Amino acid sequence: MSGGIYALISVGLALIFGVVGLVNFAHGEFLMLAMYIAYWIYNKGGLDPYQSLPVNLIVMAVIGFLIFKLIMERVLDSDHSIQMLLTLALSMVLQNVALILWKADYRSIRIPMTNSSTNMGFLTLNTPRLLAFVIAIGASVLLYLYLQKTFTGAAMRAISQNGKAAQLMGINIKKTYMLAFVIGTVLVGLAGLLLSPIYPAFPLVGANFSTLAFIVVVLGGLSSVPGAIIGGLVIGVIESFAGYFAGAAYQQAAYFLLFILVLVFKPNGLFGKKA
Amino acid sequence: MLRLSNINSYYGEVQVLRDLSLEVNKGEVITVIGANAAGKSTMLSCISRTVTSFTGEIEFEGERIDLLRPDQVVERGLIQIPEGRLLFPKLTVRENLELGAYNKRSRAGRKEGLEYVYSFLPKLKEREGQMAGSLSGGEAQMCAIGRGLMANPILLMFDEPSLGLAPIVVLEIMELIKNIQKEGVTVLLVEQNVRQSLKLADRAYVIENGRILLEGTGTELLNSDQVKKAYLGI
Repeated sequence: MSGGIYALISVGLALIFGVVGLVNFAHGEFLMLAMYIAYWIYNKGGLDPYQSLPVNLIVMAVIGFLIFKLIMERVLDSDHSIQMLLTLALSMVLQNVALILWKADYRSIRIPMTNSSTNMGFLTLNTPRLLAFVIAIGASVLLYLYLQKTFTGAAMRAISQNGKAAQLMGINIKKTYMLAFVIGTVLVGLAGLLLSPIYPAFPLVGANFSTLAFIVVVLGGLSSVPGAIIGGLVIGVIESFAGYFAGAAYQQAAYFLLFILVLVFKPNGLFGKKA
Repeated sequence: MLRLSNINSYYGEVQVLRDLSLEVNKGEVITVIGANAAGKSTMLSCISRTVTSFTGEIEFEGERIDLLRPDQVVERGLIQIPEGRLLFPKLTVRENLELGAYNKRSRAGRKEGLEYVYSFLPKLKEREGQMAGSLSGGEAQMCAIGRGLMANPILLMFDEPSLGLAPIVVLEIMELIKNIQKEGVTVLLVEQNVRQSLKLADRAYVIENGRILLEGTGTELLNSDQVKKAYLGI
């Protein structure tokens, strides 16, 4: 079931990498911010994460917009190494700001739904997990359709295939970069929000998930959005099976093993194009 | 219609264009010939503003365009069909064509534009659902030209459309450029295929080392000793 969340985190990362060309190491920190936003709205205002969804996503969009305008826009033409150092630094800054502001405590949201379950005939599922899965996959597929079916989506795919030609088509590159960055941020924010009823918020929570997302994205072929969706689901399934059959201690070992195998035998990822 | 005045352009320390001035009038086909690395493509990139490290003035229909963004240049109807086609390989032919009409000026009319391009280049219609990456060289160039036409160009710039094509396909492309002129589009053609492109030209320029070396009508240059010796090997 966690596969859906992994997919949703990863599609944003893949979109930003594919369109903007940025390897965003701060992606996980956006997840953390969204979890804290959900937590504080619940704690101070009494709205559960599902009720605060619109506010949360709008705040995430604004954060994404500001970070793009103030920080990322300056390095768009720079070396990959400079961009990576910058996003890595941004990730550390956000982690430590969170540490200063909100301490290292685990903060969980306990809403009535946290312990409720939904009966679906032959299997019974924890309701927030089921919701997270359904909404996450739904949002990921929506992003895929957006890229495939709309004109702006086609422009994004065009940029990722040939930036110079895209400029000659009259596509405003910076504006499209910004849009892709904001969409990626909002999607990872949605993932954080869906996680918040089942997973505690703490300053380093993003790091766990972003490592995973990087594996998923590499597995799916770097800039491929459908690859990221399927990669996320695959990792989720492997994690569950390893946990069930070999014990929770082997969960991470299992998907890292798969990761190494893919790198050895299919270095372009499962759905990647040849370099 | 298009005027370049005293363009100097640099890649880092290297000067690519030296004091280059050139003029294109409405309805003309202007050819610019020159060897590899003479600065022909750089000149087009300066006009399209995908290269920004240059000094000098570029004027299009009475308006300075040398400070605009690339998309704003496209918006003015000044369209470039780049060297090596630069199609989007993993998009279909149809999607490639439609993206040609991305700018606001032609976006609304992109359905009619598509019909027009298909009537002009019927081969593309047959290939419309195919990935552009799977086209042959000649078809890819047709697709790139179709994509340029989709933008509803006032002035269409071609960067070496004959590159890597069989001689018979080159003739086809040149014929096509002539027909595009007849449709009322002004053409700026940059070529290494000197003979074919000079035949087509109303006027032509020869660039060497980033400078304009010669200027004249197409026939004049075809008969000039310098061009014969340096480019036609006669």
